[in-house]
Amino acid sequence: MNQNSPTISRGVDWSIVWMYLFLCVIGIMSIFAATYHEGDNVLQSFLSFKTDYSKQSLYFLIAIILGTVILLTDSKFFTATANLFYLFGIILMFLVFPFHSRIKGTESIIKLGLFNLQPAELCKVFVNLALAKYLSQQDTDFSKTKSQLIAAGLVLFPAVLSRLQSETGLALVYFSFFIVMYREGLPGAVLVIGFSLAVLVVATLLLEPNTLAIILTAIAIISIYFLRRQIKRKRKIFFLVMGLWVLCVGVQRFAVPFFFDHALEPYQVKRIYDAIGRDYVPKNQAQAEQVMKEEEKSKKKSGDDGNYNVRQSKIAIGSGGVLGKGLLKGTQTRYGFVPEQRTDFIFDTIGEGFGFLGSFIFLMLYLILLLRIVTVAERQRSVFSRCYAYGVAAVIFFHITINIGMAIGLVPVIGIPLPFVSYGGTSLLTFSIMLFILVRLDADRQMVLR
Amino acid sequence: MPVFNQSRQNVIRLIFVATFLVIVARLFMLQVVSSKYQIQAMDNAVYKKVVYPDRGIIYDRKGRPILNNTIIFDLMVTPAEIKNVDTNYLCNLLAIDTAEFNRRMKNVLFKNRNRYLASVFEDLLPPDMQAKLEENIWRFPGFTLVERPIRAYPYHAAAHLLGYIGEVDSAILRRSKFFYQLGDYVGRSGLEQYYESVLMGQRGMQHLIKDNRNRIQGSWENGKYDTAAIAGRSLRTYLDIDLQLLAEKLMTNKVGSIVAIDPKTGGILAMASGPGFDPNDLTGPEKQKNYAKMVLDVSGPLLNRAINGRYEPGSTFKPLGGLIALDEGVITPSYGYPCLGAYTACGKVIKCEHKEPGHAANLRLALSHSCNSYFSQVYRLSVDNAQYHGVKNGYMKWKQYMNAFGLGHRLDIDLPGEDSGNIPDTSVYNKDYRGQWNSCTNVTLGIGQDKMQVTPMQLANAMCIIANKGYYYIPHIAEKFDGEAPNDSLLAKFRERHEVLTHISDEAYEAIHSGMQDVVESGTAAAAKIPGINICAKTGTAEKYTILDGKRIKLPNNSMFVCFAPRENPKIAIAVAVENAGFGATWAAPIASLLLEKYLNDTLRTERLKEVERISSANLMPAYLKRKQFVEDSTRAYYYFNLTKDTGYLRKFYKDVKQKADSARKSVPKTIPQKSPAIINKNKYDSAGNKNPKT
Repeated sequence: MNQNSPTISRGVDWSIVWMYLFLCVIGIMSIFAATYHEGDNVLQSFLSFKTDYSKQSLYFLIAIILGTVILLTDSKFFTATANLFYLFGIILMFLVFPFHSRIKGTESIIKLGLFNLQPAELCKVFVNLALAKYLSQQDTDFSKTKSQLIAAGLVLFPAVLSRLQSETGLALVYFSFFIVMYREGLPGAVLVIGFSLAVLVVATLLLEPNTLAIILTAIAIISIYFLRRQIKRKRKIFFLVMGLWVLCVGVQRFAVPFFFDHALEPYQVKRIYDAIGRDYVPKNQAQAEQVMKEEEKSKKKSGDDGNYNVRQSKIAIGSGGVLGKGLLKGTQTRYGFVPEQRTDFIFDTIGEGFGFLGSFIFLMLYLILLLRIVTVAERQRSVFSRCYAYGVAAVIFFHITINIGMAIGLVPVIGIPLPFVSYGGTSLLTFSIMLFILVRLDADRQMVLR
Repeated sequence: MPVFNQSRQNVIRLIFVATFLVIVARLFMLQVVSSKYQIQAMDNAVYKKVVYPDRGIIYDRKGRPILNNTIIFDLMVTPAEIKNVDTNYLCNLLAIDTAEFNRRMKNVLFKNRNRYLASVFEDLLPPDMQAKLEENIWRFPGFTLVERPIRAYPYHAAAHLLGYIGEVDSAILRRSKFFYQLGDYVGRSGLEQYYESVLMGQRGMQHLIKDNRNRIQGSWENGKYDTAAIAGRSLRTYLDIDLQLLAEKLMTNKVGSIVAIDPKTGGILAMASGPGFDPNDLTGPEKQKNYAKMVLDVSGPLLNRAINGRYEPGSTFKPLGGLIALDEGVITPSYGYPCLGAYTACGKVIKCEHKEPGHAANLRLALSHSCNSYFSQVYRLSVDNAQYHGVKNGYMKWKQYMNAFGLGHRLDIDLPGEDSGNIPDTSVYNKDYRGQWNSCTNVTLGIGQDKMQVTPMQLANAMCIIANKGYYYIPHIAEKFDGEAPNDSLLAKFRERHEVLTHISDEAYEAIHSGMQDVVESGTAAAAKIPGINICAKTGTAEKYTILDGKRIKLPNNSMFVCFAPRENPKIAIAVAVENAGFGATWAAPIASLLLEKYLNDTLRTERLKEVERISSANLMPAYLKRKQFVEDSTRAYYYFNLTKDTGYLRKFYKDVKQKADSARKSVPKTIPQKSPAIINKNKYDSAGNKNPKT
């Protein structure tokens, strides 16, 4: 390396960059496979930037240019402007409410000439920076509940805004930052409680309310029976168990129905029920009408019921078999059976075209990237860089899990893109910026940034 | 730097790896373990299209195609692709109104439930309409003309024996053990049905890819799994289409049948049934209408009388009776009977056309003069033959002879639905006469009346046996088919020579032949004579009765004629039956004579063409059919009126009910009050009016 000239390559973790490039190329190829029609003039349509794969290539080009610019930036720039960017992001989110354009029925997009900006997507970078900044501040003692609450507020505020823009998927993404907080000292109990709560919610949906209440009561009584000696010594434990029992039954009886009735759209509730394989019965006329409307919409798109997407997606992936049908040979993905397949169901193209083997290799690529990012995070000298790196890993991990889980019917259908692969300019640029900032920070890993 | 919480990186790694493991496990379940998704994906995207093969062609003896394939067009519509269609213009071209157009569109949408699928808007377009549409089809996006192969009959002839094809019904599907599929066309009658396995060919299968809206996107896997359709094999027949055309022409406006067989091979040269129809009427755009019309016609144009019409042979039976008696040895060729115009030996009087003494002085004379007394006596001698001990045994022996002549049982020819005719058993007479009967009871069997009934096909076959002096081949139309393997057993039975009556002496045959030749030379059928050809023939005149309006009436006699020629080396045997036409010599004989000349000389003399015109233009349709049609139609109208309470069904019958009834009554010649209560078929007619009992 030439020491004199300012070089962007010094200290850069090339393995991450290569994996990034590889994933982007797989993405463009998958979009090509999903949208190409027999007899299209590939070169002509590529150069005219009319087709999705040529547009995605253009975004990819822009992303690389942006990435290069980021690599040329000083690392201190990011710590210095983190809070400013957060503010900027929040303002953008607020600007959505008066200025959003009504495309695709979402209320989260601002139209800027040729480009559609989705602040909720972009804001992830800013939140990640701001969270890293807050956690790395010297006066922050993350073992204190107050700091933990501030960090949680920092993260969940944009989530609330996203939810208000009807972007439930993107709102959920912000919860992934709890992984960062966990790394930085958030009590493990929080995650355990969160997980238990999730189990309780699913159990609420799966079981009859009374049955579940009886089961919970039984668990409480058995616990008290086994803990009777400790209870004799410490009265507190009895009240703790009783309190937990009251809490669980309360969640099961009141919180979950309240949450479903007021926080989620009826069609989302229906999707959750679809994912766990139960029929959703709307409670009142208004809800029923909304579900019907939503069904009608998806029927128009796909010609079948709401569960159609997942079923077709499973058929597509399942029919790939061990070795797959080959590129451009998937009947499910080529002939329009899977709706939304360039964005939400892009994994189907890989699953059908390259089978279990291809999907496995593809998933391993993601896993290696994630583990590499964790390794990179742990070698940082500065807390800021480490937090930021964990943030990147957490967001990417969450996106992959939800997107692929949705395609194979493990998770309710929530429309969030597969990082680097799904079609969409904002999504690709956001993840690219995110990753290149990480690479930039990592290049200066010996520096202490605050 | 803070080292606390260092260990949590591993927890996070663990979470990542565990989650990915769950995803991979799920993928393994979907892609490797479960196989149902492959099948579902196939069902989604692959459309198996059946490719129908061309049916085999049927050729006549000179290699001329008499049943061919042609293409007709259907107008198809794809509702989703309709854009800016000038509905009025299209309706004009199709000759329908806008209301009908809308009704059909609604129908198409209702039936398909898929706007992207093409379905038939108007099928089997007439050629001129198709031409007009072809020119303008670009004006109607969403509408396309689609080819459809149908059967064509270039000679407009041989409808009854060629048969027709139709869609399979559930009974055929089950019988074929689901070899056929819904929508297949199979032969439903005639040669089309009998030789279905030869003519049908082999279905092909095309695998096409369709998208989520069922639109075809191309072939699947480049047609790797496609199978080509194999065209049906063609049939070569004995039929002479020129002879067939002449036969059908001669049968115009007549009820009856003609069968011509080559005695040397059993090959059927011509087979006509009157009234007939143009087979093309049952393939083209009007086929439903035409079929409905024909099926309701009481004269029965759809009935193949050559194998389904039952006739009393009348005097045409006499050569057979003579042969039996000669073989049994009860008479010799010089045996004579003193007939003076009637046979009275049985008490009741059987009239004879001849009075002068000596007209039945020997077998030859009796045959040429068609003496009723002589053959009544010969019949009685045969069944009362002392060597059989009693009339019942004698009758059974006589019946054996009949069966050997191919009468009273199916011949098993290569057409479906053949009638067996009727030669009654002794049990029938035992039942009718409580066992008390003798040779006098059924003496008219000797002159081809009583309960004896034959089909023209059986009669022609019996002539073949006489011409061949005792052997025959089962009459058949198909000579061979293309690509016939040596072990194909389909035609084997037709190539087997049946030596049924070769034990009868040559002298007996010669005696009969001489008598039959005299019929033409000097006897009843002098009109049938053709210079330079020795024809052996026999006329016949059978009495006919029918039930009309509850009364038994006598109809004009059936005109029958049988012959074969040349006597020395028989090349053709013909049986002709013309219902209610009078003497055998009047109509049936000249018809047969024309056919003989046409076949043996390959052409007709110019002066004979006038005869062809005379016969073909004669209208011999029985008058009672009009009344029968009226009764049928009005009964049916009344039935529908009762079902629907729509007086429209009845109105047209009220209007001309009086005049129609009057004219029908006037035209019926003579009414005889019904005698026998045994007559039960009051409202069940058979279209030929043949099944009525005799005195």
